[in-house]
Amino acid sequence: MRYSAWAILKNALKGNKDWSPAWRKPEPKPAYDVIIVGGGGHGLSTAFYLASVHGITNVAVIEKGYLGSGNVGRNTTIVRSNYRLTPNSRFYEKSMELWRELSHTLNYNVMFSPRGVLNLAHTPGQMDTYAERGNQMRLMGVKSELLDRDQVGRLNPGLDVSGSARFPIHGGLLQPDAGNARHDAVAWGYARAADQLGVDLLENTEVTGFLKEGDRIVGVETNRGEIRASKTGVAVAGNTSRVMKMAGVENLPIESTVLQAFVSESIKPIIPNVVTFGAGHLYVSQSDKGGLVFGGNIDYYNSYAQRGNLPVWEEVTSELVSMFPNFARLRLLRSWGGVMDMSMDGSPIITTGPLDGMYLNAGWCYGGFKATPASGWCFAHTIANDKPHDINAAFTLERFKDGNPIDELGAGPTPWYH
Amino acid sequence: MRLTCPYCGERDHQEFTYRGDASATRPAIESTAMDDHLAYVYDRKNPDGVHRELWNHTSGCRMHLVVTRNTVTHEVTGCEPVGPWAKKLKAASARRGAKR
Repeated sequence: MRYSAWAILKNALKGNKDWSPAWRKPEPKPAYDVIIVGGGGHGLSTAFYLASVHGITNVAVIEKGYLGSGNVGRNTTIVRSNYRLTPNSRFYEKSMELWRELSHTLNYNVMFSPRGVLNLAHTPGQMDTYAERGNQMRLMGVKSELLDRDQVGRLNPGLDVSGSARFPIHGGLLQPDAGNARHDAVAWGYARAADQLGVDLLENTEVTGFLKEGDRIVGVETNRGEIRASKTGVAVAGNTSRVMKMAGVENLPIESTVLQAFVSESIKPIIPNVVTFGAGHLYVSQSDKGGLVFGGNIDYYNSYAQRGNLPVWEEVTSELVSMFPNFARLRLLRSWGGVMDMSMDGSPIITTGPLDGMYLNAGWCYGGFKATPASGWCFAHTIANDKPHDINAAFTLERFKDGNPIDELGAGPTPWYH
Repeated sequence: MRLTCPYCGERDHQEFTYRGDASATRPAIESTAMDDHLAYVYDRKNPDGVHRELWNHTSGCRMHLVVTRNTVTHEVTGCEPVGPWAKKLKAASARRGAKR
């Protein structure tokens, strides 16, 4: 059923008895053309673009829990493309291009809200680096504006822009057409659209092993039996090392780490955009329900625990309050942790291999949500054509071996600092 | 999470700086096998379970320690000194322990 104002009206008149579920719950077939392991944002968008762009509809998405039960449902919903390095700029700008039309493409309101992302600068030196990054963005065709302190103050009246702030604000870099989207809706929208094109979404189906013929991957073993496919894509974020180990891949340039995020109680609108703190690491926006959604650094050490530690709470909330002193009395509604696949250079991997018949989508660090459309789009291209698209050609595993890491931060092979 | 430093005793993990997987070993400096050097820098097993990792007690004795920790439960089962002086220091701390 197509969602529209007309459909709402028609169903309202008929007592809303005729709405159908957004997607089917099919039984697994013994074989598919393509299997995608992981029913999160990236897996679902890959399946959608395989079906819609490449005409490959005999596809199964295998998810151990329910669809969107992983990081796509627990992030801080920020969408942006304010990168410095060319491969990243091109890739995330492709994502922005898809984001702008996504609600129409999927016939599902993903509530994409290009409200602007503002990075605050707290030193003159930081203003210089933002000027450089802003210019770099403009060279790549991405809008950017360098703001002085007064402009920042006018844009965000709640911010402490006084000279007596703990970290006085000098200005900021604004990407005006970046913003937010509704994270769950992205997963549901891709799932529904893929399902309508004939993709089988297999929930509560856990991969327990990979089927091999020689060195070639020919499908997966699951708790619901064997499922075969000539092509198997893996998009399992923080569980990448766990899943790839089942295929016999012991070593990857990835470490898993916990990232926490937080939501405050609801308040009236005060933050019109997304603001990031430049003297530490914090990003905050306000949800449509009024809660402040914010997060900061990862927990720095390897972890699969899906829960965090209090020191990060302290760091993040103190940064928030130093920016917005009037938030000091707000109460936290909830906090949560998710496992991040931190790559060695902070950039993703979308590639063929590392085994025959296999394709890997991983290394999203904690920026995977904004990449959801382009990640699926590029991964679908890579799977359909057995070679990467120009846009993801740099995101290989080989880049770590041939001296071409894409280290946006310049932090070196220290995944816990990216 | 708390780590028991062999020199300073049980301390909050915030006093320590994480330095990564301790099982990654640097090939001999004269080795020209590029793959070994690259594996040392980039390849990680990233286990879900017991992980041996390096921590530096930055806000304490500044010693490097090898911590054995479960990455799923965060249970710490070992915290040993490491480096060329580790043996000597282990012996010294054992003597101190005996005196007490």
